[in-house]
Amino acid sequence: MDATLIAPFISSIQHVFSTMFQLPVEVGDPSIKKGSECTHDVSGIIGMSGEFQGSVVLSMPGDTAVAVVSLFTGEKYDTNSEDFADAVGEIINMVCGNAKAAFQRKNVSISCPSVVVGPKHRVSSQSDIPCVLIPCTTDCGELVLEVAIKPAATEAAAA
Amino acid sequence: MRIMLIDDSKTMRNIQKSVLKQLGYSEIEEACDGQDALSKVAAFQPDLCLVDWNMPNMDGLSFVKAFRQQNKTTPLIMVTTEAEKSRVIEAIKAGVNNYVVKPFTPDLLSERITETLAKAAAKA
Repeated sequence: MDATLIAPFISSIQHVFSTMFQLPVEVGDPSIKKGSECTHDVSGIIGMSGEFQGSVVLSMPGDTAVAVVSLFTGEKYDTNSEDFADAVGEIINMVCGNAKAAFQRKNVSISCPSVVVGPKHRVSSQSDIPCVLIPCTTDCGELVLEVAIKPAATEAAAA
Repeated sequence: MRIMLIDDSKTMRNIQKSVLKQLGYSEIEEACDGQDALSKVAAFQPDLCLVDWNMPNMDGLSFVKAFRQQNKTTPLIMVTTEAEKSRVIEAIKAGVNNYVVKPFTPDLLSERITETLAKAAAKA
């Protein structure tokens, strides 16, 4: 995958976490994901369409997600509560929206976020789009950003 | 001062509400999308609206266009993850008075609200 597609997501997660929660994010070496099982138990998911298509998942262990949401909202929610899901959805929404801004002059839209909570759940994306795992370390714990996007077919054909 | 918060995320509405309360505004109405907001504006008569862009049912831009057909003066602030210049221009052309990109700090949102209300008061 083109590294220039991944870089905006790295800077975005750092920007969102530091601005909204004052939480620094240390980013490790990206790698290609194998299989469709999510890395952790809580996933915030956004679809991208337009000149780039695919999906982006913020995958966090339950404890980490509760701690991050607590910094964001000032409340300690149970992972089963609607408010917890709403907060995780808003976090991935900001991460993707902010990264999207780096694709200037490209017509890219993002979907409303979905949130899945539960062990060993799977999020399937198009099989022809490699998924890049971006490991992140924070004071709240480890989390992973999973980015699976590519230029849309017409764009690729024109290139 | 009556302020309407239009965002599908309750978390985001709560964050905005706490900023407004710190500024001394407590008469706040919430709407979860553009349609919900349009159904509430006649009764609530807001003096300011904070509007998200990406929402289900009716997005923020469609709300702004519909609202501006009936109300040319109430200030609107778009609070959104849409950060591209073209989007900002599109929103301003539709009738938005100010623009805040998520993520934001409470200080920045507070500054934009104060600035927008001051400009509206100067025009009145």
